[in-house]
Amino acid sequence: MSQRLVDLVKSRFPQGVLESHDFRGDDTVVVRREDYLEVVRFLKDSPGTAMDFFVDLTCVDWPERKPRFDVVLHLKSFGSGERLRVKTGVPEDDCTCPSLTGLWPAANWFEREAYDMYGVRFSGHPDLRRILLYEEFEGHPLRKDYPKEKRQPLVPMRDDAPPQPPPFPERPH
Amino acid sequence: MGGVDDRSAGGPAGPGGGAPPFGWLTTKADPLFAWARKWSLFQYDFVTACCAMEFMSTMCAHWDMARFGAEIPRWSPRQADVLWVVGTIVHRQGPPLKRIYDQMCEPKWVVAFGTCASVGGFYDNYSTVQGIDKIIPCDIYIPGCPPRPEQVLDGLMLLQEKIGRGELSRWQEEQQKKAAAAKLAG
Repeated sequence: MSQRLVDLVKSRFPQGVLESHDFRGDDTVVVRREDYLEVVRFLKDSPGTAMDFFVDLTCVDWPERKPRFDVVLHLKSFGSGERLRVKTGVPEDDCTCPSLTGLWPAANWFEREAYDMYGVRFSGHPDLRRILLYEEFEGHPLRKDYPKEKRQPLVPMRDDAPPQPPPFPERPH
Repeated sequence: MGGVDDRSAGGPAGPGGGAPPFGWLTTKADPLFAWARKWSLFQYDFVTACCAMEFMSTMCAHWDMARFGAEIPRWSPRQADVLWVVGTIVHRQGPPLKRIYDQMCEPKWVVAFGTCASVGGFYDNYSTVQGIDKIIPCDIYIPGCPPRPEQVLDGLMLLQEKIGRGELSRWQEEQQKKAAAAKLAG
């Protein structure tokens, strides 16, 4: 549906676009991390694209893959109604990504959430703190190597509470 | 009137002329207080999640919690008798919940409203407290996701029965256990 946008980005950043695909009418363009900020700036400010609405920013962990993380950005144009998804890979050993807060102030909390849950540091972010969890929390819980039931309580758990039966029988994995 | 308190006069003789039966004063006063308490439960609502909608329904005219003398929410825990924990409690909310509970005057009761507050619900993960009794003593557990107002009223009536029977709250039980343990140790 937005092949026009993909072609525009490809012609503007021939080196920067690693891949693009279309899934049921949703186009995705995968860009190099070095070009991520410029690609997004181009999409936002160029009159031919005018992707003026920052819809969502999130992150995906691929533990077996290099680079390990994907930062996923969803954009929409109010003028043309087109949508585009921009992805960029972030390696684990250099877990940083340019911040979009200079383009959309709304990116602030999205990037804080991505940092909170995945540990991706957004360079240039004015206030990169945890947003949902608390400062004392160690680790980033949506990383696949975080044990999902590892709890970090802030008040001591009472040991005289009646033991809770497991809600469901254990299933073989 | 003359029979209410005869302690200054030594009290009336008990059956067989034994010890004066001062006991009847307290055994009659306790049910009276229990009756008064169970029909005037001031509540503090610790509301965090979608269960709140059912809680509001329960308080409003159709189900009308006021019929049970429990219609007044106090916006300070210091004036409340019952702490309603309505919704999912995450570990980040643990310290506020504990602090609010500690501010309440005794006797105090706690109701876990809904499955999340009771056992953590289906949030068996890093963020969620697996039932508020991991943090504070809890008297009544109302299951449901969320519970219907009928269930809520059933829970409220259970609490009233418990108070009316003169049972100790979980808080009082624990205080007594602690005192007994300290006595043994000391």
